[in-house]
Amino acid sequence: MRIAIVDESAARASIIEEGLSELDDCEMIVITERRGLLARMAQIDPDIVLMNLGNPSRDMLEEYFAVSRALARPIAMFVDESDDDAIVASVEAGVSSYVVDGLAAGRIRPIVDLAVTRFNAFSRLQNDLAEARGKLAERELVDKAKRILMQNKGLPEPKAYAELRKAAMDQGKRIVNIAEAIVTAHELMGGA
Amino acid sequence: MTTQLTIGFLPLVDACLPILAHEHGFAEDEGLSLTLVKDLSWATVLDRLLYGHSDAAHMIAPLAIATTLGRGRPAQPLAAPFVLGLNGNAITLTPDIAGRVRGDEPGLGDPRVVGAALRAVARERLAAGRPLTFGVVHRYSSHNYMLRYWLAACGIRADEEVEIRTVAPPFCAEALELGDVDGICVGEPWNSVAVERGVGEIVLSTAQIWRRGVEKVLALREPVLEEKRDAVLRLIRALCRAAAHFVDPVNWEHNAQVLARPEYLDGSPELIRRAISDQLLIARGGKMIHYPDFMFQYREAANFPWVSQAEWLYSQMVRWDGLSYDREDAARAARVFRPDVYRAALLGTGEPLPGASSKVEGSISAPTVVGTQQGSMVLETNTFFDGSVFDPHDIEGYLRQLP
Repeated sequence: MRIAIVDESAARASIIEEGLSELDDCEMIVITERRGLLARMAQIDPDIVLMNLGNPSRDMLEEYFAVSRALARPIAMFVDESDDDAIVASVEAGVSSYVVDGLAAGRIRPIVDLAVTRFNAFSRLQNDLAEARGKLAERELVDKAKRILMQNKGLPEPKAYAELRKAAMDQGKRIVNIAEAIVTAHELMGGA
Repeated sequence: MTTQLTIGFLPLVDACLPILAHEHGFAEDEGLSLTLVKDLSWATVLDRLLYGHSDAAHMIAPLAIATTLGRGRPAQPLAAPFVLGLNGNAITLTPDIAGRVRGDEPGLGDPRVVGAALRAVARERLAAGRPLTFGVVHRYSSHNYMLRYWLAACGIRADEEVEIRTVAPPFCAEALELGDVDGICVGEPWNSVAVERGVGEIVLSTAQIWRRGVEKVLALREPVLEEKRDAVLRLIRALCRAAAHFVDPVNWEHNAQVLARPEYLDGSPELIRRAISDQLLIARGGKMIHYPDFMFQYREAANFPWVSQAEWLYSQMVRWDGLSYDREDAARAARVFRPDVYRAALLGTGEPLPGASSKVEGSISAPTVVGTQQGSMVLETNTFFDGSVFDPHDIEGYLRQLP
């Protein structure tokens, strides 16, 4: 069975590809380029197309399926028309699937389920990354506030940090919030 | 108590009414809190609507009908209680071809003259084995139907002599540039983007093909409309106020700025302001022209969902999908447009409500006073460029006489 994975995010496409590689007798083709998509599709002649839901090429691709392939091998959208739960899970995860009519539902379902799992894994990764970036930004903010205290009050570093922590505890706030207030105040007062 | 509604849209100027209803507080005044969700393809907008991510959507009218009739995917009944606008699209050709078909006209050409010249080009290209190719934004779009209507009436057979394929609006200019297509039929600001890049010239506005052609609608799943009927009525009132605001010249500059923001169209305020004010720069370095009612968002109860508009779209679906006319399908298509809901929302307001819910499309060639349920209404010219008239009582007869 040939599976085309169309995704403009190469990172996500490879995560999906990796996840699907455990399936037996499935050939995976990843397409990340929008240009020449239809020609590639004709060349690959896939049984299943997995595509990120928000992909801007979907209208073009659906038109292609509707017109060029209408007689030969109709393409059904999503998993199985009656299987609402599976479709909702797909949409929630952000994956759209186009499946050649005539493939047994039993063969399609595990593939799409796996794709949904991988899409979810990818968005978890992205959330983790965003969180990590946020943490990094927080640390920078605290460092900056520390430097301001060290400069303005002539404190050594451990003392500056202790002051930040004490203010946070006294006010029931997070250290980063105190740091943010100090940095903002410093900037407002004309500090660099 | 505030009701929350989520509305899907594509970044096009005619997504303006839900955006402005939200931004100017018209929705809030009606006790609604709107969340607007932007997507890049109609397929995604439709998916979100069908699977409950959104309550309503900015949608190309024929797609609402196609979805109801189960064309291309399992049938799900949609309802369109409000028309988000008429026309606002244009046909843009590569500068080379535009130069050949435009003639000596300084502005937009006469559709008949341009069509006749294009026919010669189309024949030439067909003979050379490189048929002319047009991009439209979707198979089930008024763009596709308007373009095909014009070509056919000018003796150019779509699918046989010229090719028509789908190109997403943001990629239209690029498709012209790469030579993937020779022409596009798309909404603003995407024609102007092609003009700005010097890869296309605007030759016609779709308002020249059908002076009052239906364009986008507010679409909901029928069960959602029933379930949230009260909120939908309030939404219609908010959208109506947004429409009045949108067409007032005093607001053009500001509204263009709002629509241009990254979360909405993420585009040039200048190009958006041009569309709003019916100004078109048809060629790079050329003169700005004013084409009145290029976009038509409010006057003459423009937002009223005339059942005859849905029926015309159905007739074109039959025509171009190679279907045979089906009385049951025609009735289901007609029911997508919901003037009853529009009336219920605006009864007792200052908005005019027509007496009838259906009209003979293309029949009005001079300002005509029409009977109303509320207020007064004068309908201006609403003709097809070829003088043909669509009587919704005889769709089969209409289809027979089309080329």
